Amino acid sequence: MTELPLIGEAAAAADASGARELAGARIGVVTFPGSLDDRDAARAVRLAGGTAVSLWHADTVLADVDAVVIPGGFSYGDYLRAGAISRFAPLMSKIVDAANSDAKLPVLGICNGFQILTESHLLPGSMIKNDHLKFLCRDQVLRVENNSTMWTSDYAAGQEITIPLKNQDGQYIADEKTLDALEAEGRVAFRYVGFNPNGSRRDIAGISNAAGNVVGLMPHPEHAVETGYGPESNAGTDGLGFFTSVLNKLVGGAK
Amino acid sequence: MPRIVVDVMLKPEILDPQGKAIVGALPRLGFTSFSAVRQGKRFELTVDGEVTDAILAQAREAAETLLSNPVIEDVVNVEVVEA
Repeated sequence: MTELPLIGEAAAAADASGARELAGARIGVVTFPGSLDDRDAARAVRLAGGTAVSLWHADTVLADVDAVVIPGGFSYGDYLRAGAISRFAPLMSKIVDAANSDAKLPVLGICNGFQILTESHLLPGSMIKNDHLKFLCRDQVLRVENNSTMWTSDYAAGQEITIPLKNQDGQYIADEKTLDALEAEGRVAFRYVGFNPNGSRRDIAGISNAAGNVVGLMPHPEHAVETGYGPESNAGTDGLGFFTSVLNKLVGGAK
Repeated sequence: MPRIVVDVMLKPEILDPQGKAIVGALPRLGFTSFSAVRQGKRFELTVDGEVTDAILAQAREAAETLLSNPVIEDVVNVEVVEA
């Protein structure tokens, strides 16, 4: 890839042999009709040192990927409900099976991808319209509440990160019993800090499944992976840790 | 041709911004008797031929799996309407 990476090069220089192993990890990025951030997600994978593999929603095989990112956008125009039609794509049933299997395929859903994961019942709850009823785009501070998932292990517990948030249907809801269970099991992965941008219950920005291989969140880590292009704080690269986390976990063999 | 009508409503405890916007607009037009509005979705499934019990069962299943999300919505009605 010609675009390569201040960050990727820095990582490669730090540990050339490790970088080669990282590049061997294949992260699939699924494109649905109406996906918007698939190319940014693939670029984030490459900047983190991995190999991005383009997947098409109508594919019926997972192409030997080691993990999958379901990117943001407006799949099927958000018709019916955000994510409701994409959830039944042929590739999604493969992803759901692989995520629930003993292999525990790591899956990250971002924004519309998070909505698809809740519609798929890989993650509990649902997203409804922002409580203020408007589309909102801003740099958002999150606290990493659980750094033991496949996608958060390169962060410190309690670390605050700033990544872009942009959505209209971003209000996370679930019934009280589900929320209590998420909290008790440490499955609230991220919480909004300082400002709840959409009325999400208990300031929840992202959650994981019980095994920690499936993570979904509304804000966009893939838009904060390169100096000069993300939020101004921390060089704008606070999102990179999602992708280095899963790559390091995959290479390290830790599941 | 007969149609199967499926009505889906947001659960009562879920915010319905469209309904809120409508209830705010009604009094401006002089409709002052309505204290709340909830907006739902109506699906019309056209059937080529007779609606059998099996087809109606399919419609109910579709209503629960694709047409509604049980986390936020209820299927409040499934009925056959002759053309």
